[in-house]
Amino acid sequence: MSVHLPVLQVIFPLIAAPLCLLVRNPFANWLLATLVSWLTFAIAVLLLLQVLDAGVITYALGNWVAPWGIEYVVDELNAFILVIVSGIGAVVMPYAMRSVSGELPDRQISLFYTMFLLCLSGLLGITITGDAFNVFVFLEISSLSSYALISLGRHRKALHASYQYLITGTIGATFFLIGVGLLYMMTGTLNMKDLASLLKPLSDSRIVLAAFGFIVVGMGLKLAVFPLHLWLPNAYAYAPSVVSVFLAGTATKVSLYVVLRFIFTVFGFEFSFIGQPLGLALLILAISGIITCSLVAIFQIDVKRLLAWSSVAQIGYMLLGLSFATVIGVQASLLHIFNHAIMKTGLFLAMGCVFLRIGSCRLEDLSGIGRQMPWTMAGFTICGLSLIGVPTTAGFVSKWYLVLSAFEKGWWPVALLIVLTSLLAVIYIWKVVEVAWFHEPSDAVKAVSEAPFLMLVPLWIVVGANIWFGFETSGSVDVAAAAAKALVGTVR
Amino acid sequence: MWDLFLSHYNYWIVIFLMMIGFYIVMSRHNLVKKLIGLNIFQTSVFLFYISVGKVSDGTAPIITQDISRYSNPLPHVLILTAIVVGVATTSLGLALVVRLKEAYGTIEEDEINDMDAAD
Amino acid sequence: MIQHVVLRIIAKLLAPFILLFAFYVQFHGDFGPGGGFQAGVIFATAFILYALIYGLENAREAAPPVAAQIGVALGVLIYAGTGVVTMLLGGTFLDYSVLSANAGDGQHYGILIVEFGVGVTVSAVMITVFFAFAGRRGVLEEREDVVPTEEKMDG
Repeated sequence: MSVHLPVLQVIFPLIAAPLCLLVRNPFANWLLATLVSWLTFAIAVLLLLQVLDAGVITYALGNWVAPWGIEYVVDELNAFILVIVSGIGAVVMPYAMRSVSGELPDRQISLFYTMFLLCLSGLLGITITGDAFNVFVFLEISSLSSYALISLGRHRKALHASYQYLITGTIGATFFLIGVGLLYMMTGTLNMKDLASLLKPLSDSRIVLAAFGFIVVGMGLKLAVFPLHLWLPNAYAYAPSVVSVFLAGTATKVSLYVVLRFIFTVFGFEFSFIGQPLGLALLILAISGIITCSLVAIFQIDVKRLLAWSSVAQIGYMLLGLSFATVIGVQASLLHIFNHAIMKTGLFLAMGCVFLRIGSCRLEDLSGIGRQMPWTMAGFTICGLSLIGVPTTAGFVSKWYLVLSAFEKGWWPVALLIVLTSLLAVIYIWKVVEVAWFHEPSDAVKAVSEAPFLMLVPLWIVVGANIWFGFETSGSVDVAAAAAKALVGTVR
Repeated sequence: MWDLFLSHYNYWIVIFLMMIGFYIVMSRHNLVKKLIGLNIFQTSVFLFYISVGKVSDGTAPIITQDISRYSNPLPHVLILTAIVVGVATTSLGLALVVRLKEAYGTIEEDEINDMDAAD
Repeated sequence: MIQHVVLRIIAKLLAPFILLFAFYVQFHGDFGPGGGFQAGVIFATAFILYALIYGLENAREAAPPVAAQIGVALGVLIYAGTGVVTMLLGGTFLDYSVLSANAGDGQHYGILIVEFGVGVTVSAVMITVFFAFAGRRGVLEEREDVVPTEEKMDG
């Protein structure tokens, strides 16, 4: 059965989704979704171990051999991303039962689990496939289900946010489709490996350059790169808590993976970074994104929106590592993908607990909440420290590698900037911490109790991960290093 | 010059439609018109794929005895998928517009923005 | 509604032919242009035409929304289930060759079953989408704060 692991990774949630639609019982649906998400996580871990042990795994769908058929390819990079995505899914699912039944009307709960599983399946599919067009198909599966998930939010702004995301996301996906079409026109193939070898002699072609532009900008829209990020804050702020948690941890990471895959594997290092000034462009976008969005985050009055703006800023750090175009830079970038996934998931999980109890995430409603919900807010604080990059937390590790890679390049102003912008994170996290712990609780807050146990466990698993990966760095760092070496390869 | 224009007429049509669609999406405030623009934009990409798959003098890609030259069927299959995705996007978008109309009483984006800002 | 006799009769006459044509497109898709997507849409248009002429209530009796929703899920399960069966028979996911002793026959069986699944889902989705939009009017009228913008059609 282990030969089939790559495809099982995607089809387990894909089969569970219609089953949820048929069964229509909230508890049965939750049980099925939880089991499936744990199963996919187990498969992802097995795949990662297999890849580290024995190298790249390929799987030909329908036994049609690549480059004619669709092929699933698992290497160090996407095995790492698969673990992140399915891991977040596995942590979020136990949490979902109470959170969803608290926020959604009963008749929508089955639909929620259906959408959620489709979204998970789409994200895993994007990551695992080795076929350029297949990426588009899975991208749309995950996007369409996430538009629907966001629109489930209680406030009417959720509808508007979902609509804006739909327009932006569709433009992004269509740009990607144009890019893939241009590549197909030039090479007659859609398999990424095949594309890579056929594109080598075509590096002077303007059509390939146009394809490169369309793909990078299109995925940039889905990834919420700084000037293309306007859909993200509202979408994350008004979606149901579980959806915010899941999307914040996974959706943008998977888009970044697609960018990495195309610029390194398909177009190649020389084309992307030596032929084009991609490094410089990403550097400028990353730095302006980090500064602007961190500043905007400071002035937010809704904590979920604050975290969403901080997400856009953190995407800047990931791009910053990438823009160095060195092994250690890409390694830092991958590490930050992983660490940001766990810390932002933790922060949103904590806010979901708060939202369940007081029905709001506005800063003014949160005063003194730490005294009523100590476990929740302690979790929030630790994940916040990790976001800032305090030593002994996971966030420190990726910031450390980012600074190292900046020094390796000799760009000490960039290194200084990484440290200074972390201070901006201190300000916006402190704003929440101060209100939650040091303000007098209002009457409304005095009436609430600690979040349900079933929601605290996932939160504290994530908090534990934040601390664990701050001390025990070898696991994540080694995998990221292996993936970065495989990507940037022998060039450096 | 003129030859270049005429011999690549399919690309000109594609670019023309693409820009019309994109412009509508960006410039209109009416939510339904935005979706119409999005559809035109997507359709141009469908046309692009289909025209790329055309082989001159080729027939429909169905294998029979006396036909040896036929168009490339793969772009058609890809675009069939993209069309289905487009239908799903449009219906989801329209469903959201219906809900927005119920929640805000308008489908003009600037009015919705004003109401959002007032909240 | 009495005055639309022509429409009613024609619609009634057309519906079986539309359904038949859908089946033709579905099952001839193995040899010529056609397949599940197109057939599913054509199949659904018969019901949509029926709903346009005879009203939503009658159409709901002809194609109950619950049945349509089951169809949505069932089609996907047929598709994915075929893949699982091929895996259990020793092939890779969706490797139809193992479905029969003769690999060529297996490919035919496989594509017919999978396209049938696609057809079921597409037609069910089309009908569900139509009902969702057409049935929304009732929700609008129940709410007092929203004024319906269109006049109600006679029928």
